[in-house]
Amino acid sequence: MTKYFPRLLGLITVLLLLPTQLFAAGGADLPDLMVLVADTRKFKGWEAWWGNIYNEGHLAFALITTLIIPVAGVILGLLADVVMSRLGIDLKNRALAEH
Amino acid sequence: MDWLHTLMPIAGVPIFWPGLIILGFGVGIIGGFFGMGGAWMVTPGLNILGFPMAFAIGTDVAHMAGKSLISTMRHSKFGNVDYRLGFIMVFGTIGGFEVGAQMIMWLERIGQINIVVRWLYVALLTLIAWMVFTDVAKRKRKEREALATGQKLDALATGLEWHKRLHKINIPPMINFKVSGIRCSAWLPISISFLTGWLAGILGIGGGLVRMPALIYLLGIPTHIAVGTDLFEVAISGLYGAATYSYKGRVELFAALVMLCGAAVGAQIGTVATKYVKGYGIRIFFGLAVVGCELSIIMKLLSGIFPNVKQITDSAATVIVLGAVSAISLYILIAFLKGVREERAQRRSQKVSSAHAD
Repeated sequence: MTKYFPRLLGLITVLLLLPTQLFAAGGADLPDLMVLVADTRKFKGWEAWWGNIYNEGHLAFALITTLIIPVAGVILGLLADVVMSRLGIDLKNRALAEH
Repeated sequence: MDWLHTLMPIAGVPIFWPGLIILGFGVGIIGGFFGMGGAWMVTPGLNILGFPMAFAIGTDVAHMAGKSLISTMRHSKFGNVDYRLGFIMVFGTIGGFEVGAQMIMWLERIGQINIVVRWLYVALLTLIAWMVFTDVAKRKRKEREALATGQKLDALATGLEWHKRLHKINIPPMINFKVSGIRCSAWLPISISFLTGWLAGILGIGGGLVRMPALIYLLGIPTHIAVGTDLFEVAISGLYGAATYSYKGRVELFAALVMLCGAAVGAQIGTVATKYVKGYGIRIFFGLAVVGCELSIIMKLLSGIFPNVKQITDSAATVIVLGAVSAISLYILIAFLKGVREERAQRRSQKVSSAHAD
């Protein structure tokens, strides 16, 4: 039981969250939803392109955002790692902190 | 000085961009040091810089995902992440976060988002500050009692020990968490993570602010494991939060990336600084930061209640939140630099002595 518990919980969470996402895609309460539009008239280049992606639909906007954030985090983190190790700090071991 | 302001492509508001880098750097240091996302400072900070509250929450959550990923990578190398506990808590966190995010959308529709979020923040920060200072006071009393009997208090002893009662709850399945060194009902971390996830969703925080004390005081796991596991949770919930808030159209990716540049450096400094600063001093400083953040939110609330003093209270709120972030970041930065200097000097002397021995 203990072994399969996390998997069971995962299945329950997915089953609970899937309908919410499907409803969010247009299944329910549409008249109540507030629609926000980016004003792309003030922008050129990548800013206008990004604003248009937002205006065309939030799915592509969400996918790109969710992809860029962790990738940028890992790249910047690795760069900071290189700088830190050049400072001569032991980055693999440390004494246990007290409570 | 127009070049210091940039128009956000989605939110459509002009923002003082160096403020974003400073906020990211400062909160990166604090987050890595205290083992949390630090979003409880960023959301009011972004709101003060000019973002509408829903965008402040969404952007904050998005930047936090990237920053916490950096800190988790570092803590994982130190062996401070209990992945088993983290994975179990993820389910409660995600469920709670979704409920919280849906509530934010509802509050936005009825026009009550600013007032509800700010009052909830005040209540939560009061509770956290009370918990921290009660814990510190109780531990000091234990220290005095131990000294009176001629003994020395265990370095791992804490003031509050609620976890001992909670571990007695015997609802199956019972699970052993080897890395954390505890055995408890699986429902305990799930319940805690659901509650913290809900708070994370509604306040736009990673949940670390409440999960960190909860992991230590309610689950009873060692501080260093709590820090690493919590950051792992924050990274996962932050990523989920980034997805759900961007799907709802409330994320300013450009601002999140600008903040991430500062946060990447800050998170590394904060995490590594925990090598050099230990003990209850960190908790006291954390408690003071909570009080500073709370004061700034109270100022914003006062400006809504008394519009004739709005300019004064708004300025005071900005000064307090930026002052608190700057002061704590500076303290950690100095501790980091001092620690690095000592570690390098120690290494040099070791090299010299080994060369002499040869």
